[in-house]
Amino acid sequence: MALDSKIPQGPIADKWTNHKNKINLVNPANKRLIDVIIVGTGLAGGSAAATLAELGYNVKAFCFQDSPRRAHSIAAQGGINAAKNYQGDGDSTYRLFYDTVKGGDYRSRESNVHRLAEVSTNIIDQCVAQGVPFARDYGGLLDNRSFGGVLVSRTFYAKGQTGQQLLLGAYSAMNRQIGRGKIKMHTRHEMLDVVIVDGKARGIIARNLVTGEIERHSAHAVVLGTGGYGNAFYLSTYAMGSNVTAAWKAHKRGAYFANPCYTQIHPTCIPVSGDHQSKLTLMSESLRNDGRIWVPKHKKDVEAIRDGSLKPTQLAEDDRDYYLERRYPAFGNLVPRDVASRAAKERCDAGYGVNKTGEAVYLDFASAFMRYGKEQAHVKGLDEDDAILIRKLGQEIVKNKYGNLFQMYEKIVDQNPYETPMMIYPAVHYTMGGIWVDYNLMTTVPGLYAIGEANFSDHGANRLGASALMQGLADGYFVLPYTIGDYLADDIRTGPISIDSKEFDEAEKSATEIIDKLVNNNGTHSVDYFHKKLGKIMWNKCGMARNEKDLKEAITEIAELREEFWKDVKIPGEANEYNEELAKAGRVADFLELGELFAKDALVREESAGGHFRDEYQTPEGEAMRRKEFQFVSAWEFKGEPKDAVLHKEDLVYENIEVKERSYK
Amino acid sequence: MNLTLKIWRQKGANDKGKIVDYPITEVSPDMSFLEMLDVLNQELIEKGEEPVAFDHDCREGICGSCSMFVNGQAHGPDSMVTVCQLHMRSFKDGDTIFIEPWRATAFPVIKDLIVDRSAFDRIQQAGGFISVNTSGNTQDANAIPIDKHDADTAFDAATCIGCGACVASCKNSSAMLFVSAKVSQFALLPQGKVEATDRVLNMVKQMDDEGFGNCTNTGACEVECPKGISLENIARMNREYLSASLKG
Ligand SMILES: Cc1cc2nc3c(=O)[nH]c(=O)nc-3n(C[C@H](O)[C@H](O)[C@H](O)COP(=O)(O)OP(=O)(O)OC[C@H]3O[C@@H](n4cnc5c(N)ncnc54)[C@H](O)[C@@H]3O)c2cc1C
Ligand code: SF4
Ligand code: FES
Repeated sequence: MALDSKIPQGPIADKWTNHKNKINLVNPANKRLIDVIIVGTGLAGGSAAATLAELGYNVKAFCFQDSPRRAHSIAAQGGINAAKNYQGDGDSTYRLFYDTVKGGDYRSRESNVHRLAEVSTNIIDQCVAQGVPFARDYGGLLDNRSFGGVLVSRTFYAKGQTGQQLLLGAYSAMNRQIGRGKIKMHTRHEMLDVVIVDGKARGIIARNLVTGEIERHSAHAVVLGTGGYGNAFYLSTYAMGSNVTAAWKAHKRGAYFANPCYTQIHPTCIPVSGDHQSKLTLMSESLRNDGRIWVPKHKKDVEAIRDGSLKPTQLAEDDRDYYLERRYPAFGNLVPRDVASRAAKERCDAGYGVNKTGEAVYLDFASAFMRYGKEQAHVKGLDEDDAILIRKLGQEIVKNKYGNLFQMYEKIVDQNPYETPMMIYPAVHYTMGGIWVDYNLMTTVPGLYAIGEANFSDHGANRLGASALMQGLADGYFVLPYTIGDYLADDIRTGPISIDSKEFDEAEKSATEIIDKLVNNNGTHSVDYFHKKLGKIMWNKCGMARNEKDLKEAITEIAELREEFWKDVKIPGEANEYNEELAKAGRVADFLELGELFAKDALVREESAGGHFRDEYQTPEGEAMRRKEFQFVSAWEFKGEPKDAVLHKEDLVYENIEVKERSYK
Repeated sequence: MNLTLKIWRQKGANDKGKIVDYPITEVSPDMSFLEMLDVLNQELIEKGEEPVAFDHDCREGICGSCSMFVNGQAHGPDSMVTVCQLHMRSFKDGDTIFIEPWRATAFPVIKDLIVDRSAFDRIQQAGGFISVNTSGNTQDANAIPIDKHDADTAFDAATCIGCGACVASCKNSSAMLFVSAKVSQFALLPQGKVEATDRVLNMVKQMDDEGFGNCTNTGACEVECPKGISLENIARMNREYLSASLKG
């Protein structure tokens, strides 16, 4: 099948408006006759469910947690972007569009990104109307902060809990519709397959996680808002349950999977503490507004810090290497994530890591304490030369901004970050790749949509901070509700979709077979045993820097591990009861397939772009080297085994932005 | 360190359940409490026994999934943390640790340490929202300035994670702290005032229908709340409720 991205004609700034004016609508009375399944109730799925229900569709929503309020989106900390230009610092729709395309290393689709920038301002209006308590200044107006890769202040936030507040906003909008009976919510349900009838997505197979029952659910269209797949790496900043199962099963039923190798490794996470580690904790990027990143200049100081004979606070300014400020004077500590992560890896690989394992750098707030403290002393008319007082005043300001993050750090590491710099290291955080969608957010399967992190569309090879929340809510509140109507307009006379068809029989049978196989396997090792092994392969061979040899090895090793998994995994308990190991096993089985395609995609992409860095393709200064011949989206078609997947290319055309070397110097 | 765990095991809602002893060795102080349970579960699985079931997801104190009594305290001995943020350095070698699920009529046990908290969702569905449709032309977000103090107080109330520790810690199993947090968030914001009367009446009615107990101001909820949700919210909700009842 040839890929048709369905980008509307016309100048970029008019595409979305023109498109909305031309597409088919479903009249309000007919919407009542149409069912839509939404899998996932994070920011993307939650906002879509609420909006479609408001419009009058019958929504059936699914999540695996016990409440929609617990979706992984809840953990987002730093903020959400919007081109409001409230700070008067020159922001505009165009600038947000430009920053996002450049930040994505010229690997995203221009038309989608422009639409995202256009609707960004509506998101903030909508959320405020819902009662989302964003941070405000003393004049009562909304406050902003800056994030990496941009030169304006356009990030809206609610302390370090922006995702929580936005998700609770979407959750409240959903609750209103659940109360009215327009959304039927299925919590503790896991989608195991999509059902395709006559070439169209018409339902799903789900497992009730409490009773173990396998259920059939039908609808006129199916929407996946099931999040990203970073847990393929085992250790990541994702919630424990985040998985690729829904997306992967859709892929196996015909949805192309785009750019699986584009993964974001976030520069500021708490370093690994030991083998027991189950997840990694992010320290929000917003900290780079005020924190400065450094390692010692000299190896002898590194040694002394590691053996505890020297404290980082004792090291003189001249003996510190603020390597981001040194290498990237224009953006300094606020370079994009991919750049910051690789720079940390470069220093640690060179032997300058500051913890026992040599995999940590400092994030230091000492200068910020003094800077804010001076300002406060001045405002309050206090002694501006009293260093102790100033430090204290400054700490109060920093506490106000990031108090919960500092507290979180202290709880985990048992060190007080007001007294000693934080230690951080990069960790897997977000996946730019995902299910391929056209401009309407429809996958290559008619009637099957993908929104939020589950799709691939807006961030290219690297996502800018505070843009995932923006994209999730843009898709759910403002894009899908229009575009899905265009498709559903043909379904007003279809009537309810039966679940008693051979397609539902077949899909249920295939889901049941997998479950039976898993519970009856009688192997010797737990699911985590295999998941950890997969994670090691992914991190070592498909991580921050990749090369041909490693990737080829990864492909073979993952395939072997998958075989071993099916032979030797052990799952206690039964299928017809609450059984977390069984649920986990299904997810890991899919990660073991996705991982192979991931490595294959990275191998084929013989260039470096954004989060994808190939050792073979770098400039003499060690920066990523993009190649013109790779200016395309890789969309993979499933053909029975990950290794047999067929590559389709969507060429990326840049008409409104000049493709340049991405420089943050 | 070496520890003895005494864990509530209950196969399903209709099973009686009992405490079972599990010795565990080589626990590192850097482990989180849930990572310690992971280690136990790996051992159980390799032995062919069923692992201990507990709810968890974010493991960073924000999703509100994790929920258990540790030595009789909701979320364990540390204050202002969820059990996923609790670290083993809070315990010492040789300790015996009791681990049990939330106990409340409105939160029936599903399995082991997992309870059904859907009553909380139903209370929110009864009124925990502002009735505004998604349109793309609501007024500009900065059209109404909001006093920073009110905005910050609304935010503090809005940080409730819906974990249920307040209910579990209350001798009456009252859900007042949870409900009042939502009522307060909206009562403090101009957008929320329009529906204030209906909201508080509907949410309180649903709370009562779900079988949560009455509030007798013991304050145990505030002490155990991992997010520091303040009792002031209950006072605010009582005022809202009183004035709504007078109107209604
Ligand atoms: C720690 C952290 C901090 C972050 N901070 C920021 C930030 O400050 N700004 C920003 O813009 N972005 C941030 N991000 C990224 C952002 O939070 C996510 O990309 C975004 O929230 C994803 O939203 P989503 O709705 O697409 O998916 P999710 O929120 O992941 O929701 C997925 C949903 O799908 C459901 N689901 C998944 N699989 C199945 C299945 N098989 N069956 C049934 N249901 C299923 C889940 O139950 C859930 O409801 C952060 C991410 C992390 C990890
Ligand atoms: S009020 Fe506190 S204890 Fe109660 S549910 Fe909310 S966060 Fe948990
Ligand atoms: S697991 Fe999310 S709060 Fe503990």
